[in-house]
Amino acid sequence: MTDRQEQTSNPFELDCSSPGQLVIRLGKRIDLTNAGAGWDKLDALPQKPKEKNLLIDAGALRLCDTAGMGLLLALEQYGQKQKMTVQTRGLSEELKLSYNRFDSRSLLEAVKSKRTSQNLCEQLGRMACDISDDILSQISFVGQFLCAAVQFVKRYAKIRWRDIFTLSELVGVNAVGITLLLGALFGLIMAFSSAMPLRQFGVEVYVSDLVAVALVRVLGPFITAIILAGRTGSAFAAEIGTMKINNELDALEVMGLNPVRFLCVPRVFVTILAAPLLTVLFNVAGLAGSAVVIVSLGFSVNTYWSHVQSILTATDIWVGLGKALVFGGLVGWIGCLRGLQTKSGAGAVGISTTRAVVSGIVLIVLAEGVFSVLLYYLNI
Amino acid sequence: MSLEQNKYVVSVENVSVGFPGQALLENISFTVSAGEIFVILGGSGCGKTTLLKHLIGLLEPLAGKIFINGNDIVSAGPRQRGKILASAGVTFQNNALFGSITLLENVMLPLEELTGLSESACRQTAAMKLQLVGLEGFEHYLPAQLSGGMQKRAALARAMALDPKILFLDEPSAGLDPVTSAQLDKLIHSLAVSNHIAFVIVTHELESVFALADRVIMLDKNSRGIIAAGKPEELQNDTANPAVWRFFNRKTETDPIPAASPPAAGLKTQEQL
Repeated sequence: MTDRQEQTSNPFELDCSSPGQLVIRLGKRIDLTNAGAGWDKLDALPQKPKEKNLLIDAGALRLCDTAGMGLLLALEQYGQKQKMTVQTRGLSEELKLSYNRFDSRSLLEAVKSKRTSQNLCEQLGRMACDISDDILSQISFVGQFLCAAVQFVKRYAKIRWRDIFTLSELVGVNAVGITLLLGALFGLIMAFSSAMPLRQFGVEVYVSDLVAVALVRVLGPFITAIILAGRTGSAFAAEIGTMKINNELDALEVMGLNPVRFLCVPRVFVTILAAPLLTVLFNVAGLAGSAVVIVSLGFSVNTYWSHVQSILTATDIWVGLGKALVFGGLVGWIGCLRGLQTKSGAGAVGISTTRAVVSGIVLIVLAEGVFSVLLYYLNI
Repeated sequence: MSLEQNKYVVSVENVSVGFPGQALLENISFTVSAGEIFVILGGSGCGKTTLLKHLIGLLEPLAGKIFINGNDIVSAGPRQRGKILASAGVTFQNNALFGSITLLENVMLPLEELTGLSESACRQTAAMKLQLVGLEGFEHYLPAQLSGGMQKRAALARAMALDPKILFLDEPSAGLDPVTSAQLDKLIHSLAVSNHIAFVIVTHELESVFALADRVIMLDKNSRGIIAAGKPEELQNDTANPAVWRFFNRKTETDPIPAASPPAAGLKTQEQL
């Protein structure tokens, strides 16, 4: 770096020989390659000099691009800041032309950083406002969504089944592989980790009971919903968000098509359908995974199956599927809402996507909590 | 790198672009000199923007060579290509300003990343570029808060950040009102004259073409090549090639083409009436 700077011509020379006057002699050429060195030199100029006049001699200057012009203006600004009388002379006609294009005073305004810092109180206040705004918009979106859903059902002749099939493929069919894989692994892990403590009591055979109940009632719908939040909720937010920044939502609106009815209702509908189906697959894969562990512990598949059959009731299955239905709705719904809330710019789409996943998971956990308490008191 | 190519800032030799087996343009050759305003014209879908993307090394041609300042950009590796393109600035059809940072930061970005200038120097230089395109006072706005014309000018300011010798502009005045468009033309013209910047402009705005262009080439979808080249005024009166004449005179394909000398043709039609 320094080698290169030495090779390039000197941006300016300081001359303090004449009394009462500081002379800056500009070099032959100031451009991007040597302007950096010039700025370093500028920072090293004396503060509060004795001299009252600053003369910038541009007589030798032949080549000067915007970076060079910037340095020249900065030298003038230095002089003004030191309360000196500044004079620039010797600029060639050609350079004068581009010199006159710039207004030094408005430049000073422009380069001032406009970033304002917030104190803790202000930040907390803003955060509280943001959260309450968010809750309000979620509530109003519930209303909007329900109205749109009613319209959607009323105009059943206009339902675009092709869109719904495409969405079903994206949300449901394409998620089958990952759901089965995670289900099997999850069953395996659960069976292994519960086998250890149960072995201490000599009742490893009850691993199957434990896994079956935990999987079907709680973990199956829960993990499936989290998969949906990561795969589908985020995709909805990104897609609708991108549509929003491209004015596609406005286009729908002016065509008289309600974006919520046209985009959100089918998406939520498909997610509600897909969630229980995927949960069933997850449960089956999970049971199969745990069966592998049971068999490897020395029990027969028949023993395993009879235990599962005796412990699982129809209520367990319905409770699990009911939860999946609700979770699916929540995930699709929040994904669409976050997409609609997208502001402008590519960064906003990223933010919406993140928010869709985070809020989706929070909603799933909250709903799971509500379900647990409710089912406990209802004795189901 | 021969002497021949060194003379020109952009030199295109027998380039074919498109997809393998389905060329959009074939055997294109042209050169651009320093300080020249060179316009690539053509109807929609004839491959103007695609050709531009080849010139700046975003796409690789099917055949042929492209030299920027005498350096072959087709065979250059990614690092070399970066070096070659440091002397060129590009604006895109949709401006491609970074939406999450302010205008000043947009222009500062290449300065901060690619030069050794200090932060205050970058700020000053970036603010001057914005002043150059008439955007003083808008330094701290986000791109989305500006009108289309302002965004175009901001994109131009960013393209000029590193004081390039060549600027590639894709539809610079599309969607602008006549006044703003004329101002932009004036700006481009003054930059070409005072800073010796060569411009390669893709457009189909006729007014801009007549106001600006030193030389134009016209591409055509059907013949997959350059169907006309020269000064815009010459091409406007060139009745030999119907497609070119229609383009420069804003006529549809059903409009009659005047005979070799336009005034006589005008009289004849009057007589017929």
